[in-house]
Amino acid sequence: MSILSVENLRIAFGGVVAVDGVSFSVEPSEIFALIGPNGAGKTTLFNMVSGLYVPHNGRIHLGGEDVTHLAPQELARRGMSRTFQNLQVFFRMSAVENVMVGRHLHEKRNVLAHLFTLPSVHAQNRATRAEAERLLALVGLADVADKPASSLPYGALKRLEIARALAAEPKILLLDEPAAGCNPVETEEIDAVIKMIAAQGVTVVLVEHDMRLVMRISNRIHVLDRGRTLAEGSADEIRTNPDVIAAYLGGMGAQEAARARH
Amino acid sequence: MRRFIKSPFLLVIAVGIVVLALPLFLPSNFYLRVVALVYINALAVLGLNLLMGFAGQVSLGHAGFFGIGAYAVALGPTYLGLPVWASLIGGTAFSALLAFLVGRPILRLSGYYLAIATLGMGVLISMVVSNESDITGGPNGMEVPRLVLFGWRATGPLTWYWIAGVSLVIGVWVMVNLIESPTGRAFRAIHDSEIAARVLGVQVARYKLLAFVLSAVFASVGGSYFALFDGFVTPNTTSFLLSIEFVVMAVLGGLGSILGSIVGAAILVILPQFLTVFHAFEHIVLGVIIIVFLVFLPSGLLPSLAPLFRRRTS
Repeated sequence: MSILSVENLRIAFGGVVAVDGVSFSVEPSEIFALIGPNGAGKTTLFNMVSGLYVPHNGRIHLGGEDVTHLAPQELARRGMSRTFQNLQVFFRMSAVENVMVGRHLHEKRNVLAHLFTLPSVHAQNRATRAEAERLLALVGLADVADKPASSLPYGALKRLEIARALAAEPKILLLDEPAAGCNPVETEEIDAVIKMIAAQGVTVVLVEHDMRLVMRISNRIHVLDRGRTLAEGSADEIRTNPDVIAAYLGGMGAQEAARARH
Repeated sequence: MRRFIKSPFLLVIAVGIVVLALPLFLPSNFYLRVVALVYINALAVLGLNLLMGFAGQVSLGHAGFFGIGAYAVALGPTYLGLPVWASLIGGTAFSALLAFLVGRPILRLSGYYLAIATLGMGVLISMVVSNESDITGGPNGMEVPRLVLFGWRATGPLTWYWIAGVSLVIGVWVMVNLIESPTGRAFRAIHDSEIAARVLGVQVARYKLLAFVLSAVFASVGGSYFALFDGFVTPNTTSFLLSIEFVVMAVLGGLGSILGSIVGAAILVILPQFLTVFHAFEHIVLGVIIIVFLVFLPSGLLPSLAPLFRRRTS
């Protein structure tokens, strides 16, 4: 059974139909990529799936349950987590504290105990911090754990968001352009992190512009163009699909994709 | 060493030492009185800073809760025959309940709209105590009975210095605990990115309400102390001007800085005492000083000065 399925989703902003009748389903533990030219509706689709936008039409099922109208915090309880294209980092907190917020749902949240710091709160704080440090090490940020998030470079913040999302122990992780704005070295690091996440049994859905990254790591690719589905298939199928080449990859993209094979 | 300095509990100890040591250096009852007032104001500002500096929600009506605390210790003994301490607890509970009921609808707002809504709440409370003169004495105010605990009457500046000082240390301790807990992290997360907080499962509306209720509790206790200390309560304790003063104290000391709340309260309580030499120009000079502070130290006194100390110690 698919872990996430989306049927006939549609949303319009004023007169602009941003996403129109898109359907797909994602199988457990696979890496599923959404690609498409700028303005194709990828991030809008993500925002609907993660509960930030309510679709005008269509259904979203998560683990077999209809979650179409659930708020993001309800989806988080059901094992969904995500990162953002335009960073949503807690800039006034340190790197490790950012990731510690990700543990929120796994912590005991008794306010009275917090006010008077019972020993159990100390123990829990230590456990949360240890887990956060482990995740920071996983994305290669162990040495900046106590730095304020505002002092970190862009590529590090991208990885910080991934660590924070992983802290929630998601069953399904949505990554919105994890490699955007990153240099080739950083992109490769993120590539490795995503593969590792998937290897641990977490389903990954990603929106990405970096074609080499997408072609290299995705099990299946779903192509959007102007809010509609253009094609879906493996990297090889997408690479050779004439519609996709025409609409999205163009000359440069086809070259890049060909290079990625080697 | 660095870790030791960063230990948040050290702040509690430092404030405790200052509270313990200050009476040795204060030459007269007048100074004791002023410092006790600093502590009482700092209690209210601590709560407001939790709401504004940590959870990122503004309130221009906190004198409302301060005033409820102040009138509770006057009304409870006078009309209900309650002991003063019970009236204090009752007033605190009432403030918390009111914050809960008012906060539920208005915390859906943000920014300017939330500022106006909280302002409205404060003004309404102020109107009630001013207009119900049969009960509250209206603008003339009313007398507040002495606090009596186990047959011991709390009176005089030194007594109130200790009550306010110990309460402040407890307040700082509670605040430090909270900030470093999952609840505190949720508050700070909401301040920086509500969207990210929601996606991580934080129930944003619930935590905003919690911050509002907790800040009302701090303000209410501060108000009760203020009335008991003065022995008299007037509608000034609920005034819009006082709400603004609390905000200025929090901003001046530094939003999101616990020590800043105390420093901000100290500046705004102590400075006017020294500015009396300017007679009629007192308020103008105070205003200019506040503007100069905010122009040169825009993130507040403590957060702006902290890096200087850090450089010197490392």
